[in-house]
Amino acid sequence: MSSILEVKNVVKQYGDYTALNSVSLQVPQGSIYGLLGPNGAGKTSLIRIINQITMPDGGEVYLDGEKLAPHHVQHIGYMPEERGLYKTMKVGEQCLYLAQLKGLPHSEAKKQLKYWFDKFEIGNWWDKKIQELSKGMAQKVQFIVTVLHEPKLLILDEPFSGFDPVNANLIKDEIIELNKKGTSVIFSTHRMESVEEMCDYIALLHKSNKLIEGKLIDVKKSHRTNSFEVGILSDNVERLMYELTQKFKLEQTNFKSLNDEIKLNIKLDRATPNELLNILTQNGQVTHFVEKIPTVNDIFIQTVSQK
Amino acid sequence: MSVVPLIIKREFVAKVRNKSFIVMTFLSPLLIVGMSFLIAYLANMNKGEVKKVAIHDELGVFKKDFKNNKETAYVDLSAMPFKAAKDTASKNYEGLIYIPKVTNPKDLATKVEYISDDSPSMEFIMEMEDVINHQLTQNNLKELGFDSAKIDSAQVESDVHLAKFSGEDSLKGLNEIKIGIGSAFGYLIMMFIIIYGNFVMRSVIEEKTNRIIEIIISSVKPYQLMMGKIIGNSLAGILQFAIWAILGCALLVGVSSLFGIQAGGAASSVDPAMVDAAKHELGGTIQMYIHEIWNLPIGTLITCFIIYFIGGYFLYSSLYAAIGAAVDSETDSQQFLLPIIMPLMLGVYVGFFTVMDDPHGTVATVFSMIPFTSPIVMLMRIPFGVPWWQLTLSIALLFGTFFGVVWFASKIYRVGILMYGKKPTWKELYKWLKY
Repeated sequence: MSSILEVKNVVKQYGDYTALNSVSLQVPQGSIYGLLGPNGAGKTSLIRIINQITMPDGGEVYLDGEKLAPHHVQHIGYMPEERGLYKTMKVGEQCLYLAQLKGLPHSEAKKQLKYWFDKFEIGNWWDKKIQELSKGMAQKVQFIVTVLHEPKLLILDEPFSGFDPVNANLIKDEIIELNKKGTSVIFSTHRMESVEEMCDYIALLHKSNKLIEGKLIDVKKSHRTNSFEVGILSDNVERLMYELTQKFKLEQTNFKSLNDEIKLNIKLDRATPNELLNILTQNGQVTHFVEKIPTVNDIFIQTVSQK
Repeated sequence: MSVVPLIIKREFVAKVRNKSFIVMTFLSPLLIVGMSFLIAYLANMNKGEVKKVAIHDELGVFKKDFKNNKETAYVDLSAMPFKAAKDTASKNYEGLIYIPKVTNPKDLATKVEYISDDSPSMEFIMEMEDVINHQLTQNNLKELGFDSAKIDSAQVESDVHLAKFSGEDSLKGLNEIKIGIGSAFGYLIMMFIIIYGNFVMRSVIEEKTNRIIEIIISSVKPYQLMMGKIIGNSLAGILQFAIWAILGCALLVGVSSLFGIQAGGAASSVDPAMVDAAKHELGGTIQMYIHEIWNLPIGTLITCFIIYFIGGYFLYSSLYAAIGAAVDSETDSQQFLLPIIMPLMLGVYVGFFTVMDDPHGTVATVFSMIPFTSPIVMLMRIPFGVPWWQLTLSIALLFGTFFGVVWFASKIYRVGILMYGKKPTWKELYKWLKY
């Protein structure tokens, strides 16, 4: 699959401090790409380089196969973490201005704006100043400003921070819709559940280096532990436990259920799930049997704490 | 469409629509005119008061010579004993001139005292001394056998006629006019730089505190944003000055026509022939002054004003922009502003003192070359005529420095706009230059 964005061995230094240490990434066309990492990992530095806000000290960036050049700004929509709007400027004028800065002609910008204002049902805000709007309302405008010029690549840094749940959902749906229409999305966030829900690719930066990159499902597969969460009602607990401990590593666990069963985490190592199931069914009634799939959160914490 | 005109337009519109801009534009000419009237009125009120000064003349030689005038009325207390005169004077009068009894009147040159709790004005002291000098000189002349009346009539009051080699008449006080015009232009540039530099700085800080800056510079280069901002604000400033100039002229015309009518009314009671003569003479002088003013290098002055204005304003406002980018709020900007204001102040003071003294002296010439002071000092020198090579060199230096400073400022600007939370030190600013 072709890449909408390719980052090759990018280096960024601030004085003696290295913010990016030869980082390479490939963001596939049409993907939602999660860029993860603890604070200070270098995410914002990388995003700023992609947006040509700062220049890399080494390496190259390619957008849709072309080496990054000033005219590419019109193909990128960027919503930074630190964001805002001119408080005393009218909503309509402000949106037009920002769209024109992105290279959209005035008439085209107006047409697009009308579409979005209708969609969000905010047509009557045109002549209002940002300072007259509530925070949630201003955030809608902020989102419109980001996508107005129909970018090929959308870069969202902590997009949901500051949004109330209703607006966050609205924005999320819009992002997914844009993605379905072909927009690629880079998503930098600390909210792992939204990564889990939306991203199909992830990369993990830590201390200026890239540690993980790939399809979310592949990353999960490579981090799978072959563990199962098991619930069982047994008359002969002693024998069950004896047989299990002979073959597997277990530990007590907890999950919500309606029965008063034994709840275990069982690590299979090389055994198959069927072998485990055999032992379980011979010794009682199985009420719960689920593979423990590593969450993005688990992978994140595990990888970061290993280093 | 290039983005810079868009930015200029936005900055200009944002500035011009601002309520404080509108209020400032239309109110400050009124304020200035009002203030000057108030000052004139207060000064006149002060002059209207007549000071009463007592004289205790034990010799009785001087008291006739102190004549009442507009500012001072003299009261003779020579009849009282000195002590009583002193008491009365301290209670009722501004002061007491004490002329002691001396055997040799020549000693009076150093023996006369003026007793007062207030310190008298220089003008008043000189007036007293004049009276004494005159009287004592007369006495001396009489002693030496001269006829003082003849000597008086032999006194000559000369009036040197100024002319140019070209044969034209020249006027006295032209130097002052030249200084006045030069200073006005220089001062105007300084004011504009400070006021509009601050506007640029505030606009940068506003974008930082609004957190919109990162969105903007993901579309345009920081350099473009900075230049757009500087140009947009300067256009707003030029508009403001244009409005002031028009309002000022209108007010001036209005006020002078008002006063013209009054003056005419007062003059009608006087002999018409005298008025005509006075008008003619006055008109002639004014015409000559106007002629002289037109003879100043006005074209050069205005062209240079525009050139130096652009160079100086851009030079300084890019520094203001860099400072705005480096700090989070206006209160943090003070320590960085001082080094900017210093050369401006220096320019104005050097201009006032050295140009007036010797417009082509070393100090004035050097300061009219240094780019940070040249917009002010050179403009003050231009009415006196500056050699072309100096003008060219000075402008070249100004614009050369301007490009250097813009480069330097845009480096700080580029890094600063993305820095939040801490007030940078000079050392950090230096580090930013290398990012």
